[in-house]
Amino acid sequence: MKYQVVIGLEVHTQLTTNTKIFCGCSTKFGSEPNSQTCPVCLGFPGALPVLNRQVVEYAIRAGLATNCSITQRNVFARKNYFYPDLPKGYQISQFDLPICQHGHLDIEVEGETKRIGITRIHMEEDAGKLVHADISEVGDDSCVDLNRACTPLLEIVSEPDMRSPDEAIAYLKKLHQIVMYLGICDGNLEEGSFRCDANVSLMPVGSTVFGTRAELKNINSFKFIKQAIEYEIERQAEILDDGGKVIQETRLFDPNTGTTRSMRGKEEAHDYRYFPDPDLVPVLIADQWIEDVRAELPELPEAKRARYVTELGLPEYDAEVLASSRELAQYYEETVALFPQAKIVSNWVMGEVARALNDDNNRSITDCPVTPALLADLLKLMEKGTISGKIAKTVFDEMYKTGKAPERIVEEKGLVQVSDTGAIEAMVDEVLNNNPGQVEQYRGGKETVFGFFVGQVMRASKGKANPAVVNELLLKKLKA
Amino acid sequence: MKITRAEVEHVARLARLELTDAELDTFTGQMDGILAYVEKLNALDTDGIVPTSHAVPMENAFRADEPTGSIGVENALANAPQRAESFFRVPKVIE
Amino acid sequence: MEIFDLTIHELHDKLKAKEVSSVEATRAMLDRIEAVDSQVNAYITVTPEQALVEAEAADRRIAAGDIAPLTGIPMGLKDIFITKGVRTTCGSRILENFVPPYDGTAVAKLKEQGAVIVGKLNQDEFAMGSSNESSYFGPVKNPWNLECTPGGSSGGSAAAIAARTATATLGTDTGGSIRQPASHCSCVGVKPTYGRVSRYGVIAYASSLDQVGPLTRDVTDAAILLGAIAGYDPKDSTSVNTPVPDYLAGLKTGVKGLKIGLPKQYFIEGLDPDVKRAMEEAIALYKSLGAELREVSLPHTEYAVATYYLIATAEASSNLARYDGVRFGHRADEIRGLKEMYAKTRAEGFGSEVKRRIMLGTYALSSGYYDAYYVKAQKVRTLIMQDFLNAFNEVDVLLTPIAPTPPFKIGEKLADPLQMYLSDIFTIPVNLAGTCGISIPAGFSAAGLPIGLQLIGKPFGEATILSTAYAFEQETQWHLKKAPL
Repeated sequence: MKYQVVIGLEVHTQLTTNTKIFCGCSTKFGSEPNSQTCPVCLGFPGALPVLNRQVVEYAIRAGLATNCSITQRNVFARKNYFYPDLPKGYQISQFDLPICQHGHLDIEVEGETKRIGITRIHMEEDAGKLVHADISEVGDDSCVDLNRACTPLLEIVSEPDMRSPDEAIAYLKKLHQIVMYLGICDGNLEEGSFRCDANVSLMPVGSTVFGTRAELKNINSFKFIKQAIEYEIERQAEILDDGGKVIQETRLFDPNTGTTRSMRGKEEAHDYRYFPDPDLVPVLIADQWIEDVRAELPELPEAKRARYVTELGLPEYDAEVLASSRELAQYYEETVALFPQAKIVSNWVMGEVARALNDDNNRSITDCPVTPALLADLLKLMEKGTISGKIAKTVFDEMYKTGKAPERIVEEKGLVQVSDTGAIEAMVDEVLNNNPGQVEQYRGGKETVFGFFVGQVMRASKGKANPAVVNELLLKKLKA
Repeated sequence: MKITRAEVEHVARLARLELTDAELDTFTGQMDGILAYVEKLNALDTDGIVPTSHAVPMENAFRADEPTGSIGVENALANAPQRAESFFRVPKVIE
Repeated sequence: MEIFDLTIHELHDKLKAKEVSSVEATRAMLDRIEAVDSQVNAYITVTPEQALVEAEAADRRIAAGDIAPLTGIPMGLKDIFITKGVRTTCGSRILENFVPPYDGTAVAKLKEQGAVIVGKLNQDEFAMGSSNESSYFGPVKNPWNLECTPGGSSGGSAAAIAARTATATLGTDTGGSIRQPASHCSCVGVKPTYGRVSRYGVIAYASSLDQVGPLTRDVTDAAILLGAIAGYDPKDSTSVNTPVPDYLAGLKTGVKGLKIGLPKQYFIEGLDPDVKRAMEEAIALYKSLGAELREVSLPHTEYAVATYYLIATAEASSNLARYDGVRFGHRADEIRGLKEMYAKTRAEGFGSEVKRRIMLGTYALSSGYYDAYYVKAQKVRTLIMQDFLNAFNEVDVLLTPIAPTPPFKIGEKLADPLQMYLSDIFTIPVNLAGTCGISIPAGFSAAGLPIGLQLIGKPFGEATILSTAYAFEQETQWHLKKAPL
C-alpha cells in the first residue's frame, strides 16, 4: 500500500541568556562538570527559583516572530518525575498556559509555499546530563553533570502539518534561522542548543485519519532528521504492510546505524502530576511589554529578502543568500550603506568575502578582517579607477591577510592603475610590434585575437593599466 | 473503599517508595480513611470559584540576567553519597 | 533570675550596659542545655565551639558600640533552617549528615545582627506532625510535663523556650507548627502573613503555606525578632515587597475601641473545659480593657482540615522528590540499579508520617484525581480566604483557641493520623488564608498544662496582633510562670 507520512516536530532551543532560568549560574557550554551550579540548580533543600526576566522577553520574541498570540497570564507548573539528571525530582515547565500559542511559519519546498502551524511555545528548564564518563573506577555506573540543569529552554511544538522529510527539514531550517536571527539561540546543533524530536506516523494515501505515531528522539543534525524520518517511514510501512500495528512509543535515533530503536522498558508509564509551582508567581505580560518587544524585533529573513529584491534590485538568489544569516545580512547592509551599489557589493560579499572566509576554516563573518568599512573603501578605489577590478582582488587578499586599509596596500605595492594614455600607448605599440603574426591574423578577420593583445598589455603593465584605455588604444591602432 | 491496595502500590511506585507489605496494609487503611474524610469537600458547590495557589496576590517576580556566581565543584559535591572526579555517581539504569 | 531565664530585651540591656558579656550568656545557655536537654530532647545538634566564636565576635562588636537588638543573644533554630557548615537534618534520617553550603535569608539576617546560634532544634520530620513524635531524633518532651508532647512541628523551638535552653528561637508554621507548640509550651509564637518573611533557605514542606516566625518568652521579644527577620527578599519569588513597620514602637497602642471577632465555629462543643474557661477569661479581660467583642462567622471552617491535607500533601510530595540519594543525604546500600536506589533510599530515609503524606499527595495529584482533589481543595481554599476577608470587614482581630485541648500525652494520638490532623483545626485556616496569627500564654489547665490564645490579624496586620497580645500579656503575666525544670 502507498502511505502518506505525517510529521510534527518538537524543537528545544536553548536560550543564549547569560544566566540560567531560575538562578544566577552561567550557561556557558563545556566547563568542568558541576562547576556552574548553586543550591538552586542543584536542587538543594531550601533553595528557591527566581525567574530570569530575559527568558520571558526571548519567549515573546520567538512568539511574535512565529505569528503566535502571547498569553497574558502565565503560570509555571511542575512536571514530576525521577531521573538523576533532574535535581529537584520535577522540571519547572509550563503546562496548560504556554506563553505563545497558535502561530505558524511558511516554508517553501520545490517552489511551493506551505504553512506549518505552531501549536505552542513554552518556557522550561533543561535537565543536566547523565554521562558514561571514561573513569575506570566507575565501571557501569553513570555520572551526573548538572552544569546544564536549569538552562532556559523554549519548547516549540508544531502541528502535525508536514508531509515529507523535506518539509520537515525546510521547517526546521526556517525555525533555526529565525531563532538565530532573533539572537535568542546560538543554533549550535552539536552542543545541543537546538534539539529536535519528531512525531512520525503513516496513513494510507487519501486518508485523513492519522495513524499511531512514534516519537523520535536524539536527532542532532538536519541530516539525521531526514535519515531518522526516512527510516521510520520504512519501518512503519513494513509493519502496516504485514498487517501489524504501530505502537505509540518513544524511539531513540542511532546516528551510527541511521536507525531508530525502541526505548520501551526504560520508561515507566509516566504520570507527570503537573501542578502550578507554588514557589513561582504568575507572569503577567501587559500589551505594552509585547509592543516594546515587537518594536525591537529585528527584520526577519523573509522580509529582508523581499526588501533586497524590491528596494535594492538584487536578484532573488543574491537576496536569499545574503538574508540567510543575520550577521551576513548585517555585513552586507553596512557595506551598502557606505558604498551604495547593491549588486556590486553583493557580488563581492558572495564572492571574494565568502571565499576568503570559507578558505579560512569557515571563519565567521563577524570576525572578517575586512570590515564593511574597509570593503567599501576598496570598492570606492575601484570605482574611482584608482585600481582595476583585477587588482582589487589582489588588494582584497592582502587586506584579508593583514587587515590593512586598501589605500595603504595600493600605495605600498605600487598598484595604482595606469590611465596615462602616453604610457599605455608605448606598451600597446611594443606588444603589437612584438607580435606581427597575431596582428596579421586580426586584420585578416580573426577578431578573437583581440583578447590576446589585451592580456599582453595588462601583463606588461603588471595589471595596472586601465583596461578601458587599453581597449580603446588597441582598437585604434589595429584598425589604423 | 476509596482506594485499593493495588492503587496504593501504584502510588508508591510513582513516589519511588519501597513499602513493606505491612506498610501497604496500614497505608491502604489510613489513606482510605483520610480520603473518605476529604469527601466532605464535595458537599460544597465550587463551580465558578477560582482556585487559589497563593493566598497573597503576587505576580511578576523577576531577576535580572546577571551572573551571581556558583558555589564551586567541591561545595556542590561535598554531600554527595558517591562521586567520581567532578561528577555525582549513580548506579546504572537496569531495565 | 539566671541569665538563661532572661528575655531578648532584658539580656540586650545587660549586654549594652556591659553587666554581662555575650560569651557569659552563651556559656550559661550551653551549660543549661547540657544540664536539662537530655530530659527534653529539644536539640538535634548543639554547636558550642561555633557559638562561642560568634559570642566573642558579638562582644567585640558591643565593645565597639555597635549593638543591634539581637547582638550577642543565644538563639536556637528549628533544624529546618539551612545553616552553612552546620548539619541541617529537618528531623529526618534522609538528611542525617547533610551539611549545607549556604545560609538561608532569615538565618543570614540573624547573623548580620550578631546573634549567637547555639544549636539546631528538634522538630517533626520535614515539619509533618503536631506532636514532635515523627522526628528521626526522638520525640521532644514538654518541659511542663515530660510525659506530654510539646506540640509540633516546631516542638523543639517551643520546648527550648520553656526549658530556658534558648533565649529565643525560630520556627516554621505550615498548619499551626509555631502557634500550637507555643501554646502547649506557654510561650509566644507568631505565624506571619505569607510572604512577610523569606522562605529562602527554609526546607520546604508545603510551599504555599510555609512561613517562618519567632518563638519567644514574651510579646516584646516576638516584636523584636519578627522585625529582624521580616522583609522582602529577591531570592524568594513569593516574598512581598511591603515595608516592615516598627513592631516594637507600636506595641503599646492598647485595645480601646479595637473590634475583636469571636468566630462562632471555633467555640464548639468538645472544646476542653479548661480551654473554654481560659477563652472566657480572655474575652472578659479584653472587654474590661475597652475592646469591642462580637461574634463573627467563618462558615467554611469545617472544610479547612480536608483542604489543608490535600494541598499540603500534594505540594510536599513534589517538594520531597529531591531526596533521592543522588546529590546529598542518605543513600541505601546494597542497591541494584537506579530504580532500586530511589525506592530503597527513600524507604529507609523517610519515616512513616512523611511517607503517608507523600503517598496521599502523590495520589491527589495523579492522573484522574487531580481535579477531584487538588483543584477542588484550591477552590475551597478560595472560600476559606473569603471567610476571613468578610470577617475582617467587620472586625480588626479574631480571638480563638489554638488547640481544642491542652498538651496531650506522648503516644496518645499516634495510631490515628486523622485524629491528630483534626487537632489542628483552629490553626490551619490561618495558613490557608495566608494571613497572620499569634499564640500567647492564656493560663493553665487544672493539671497545670499550658493553654494558649490565638489572635488572628488581617494580612500584614502583625503590628495589630502584637499590640493586642501585648495588652493581654501586661494584664495577665502568664508568661512569667516557669516550667518546673
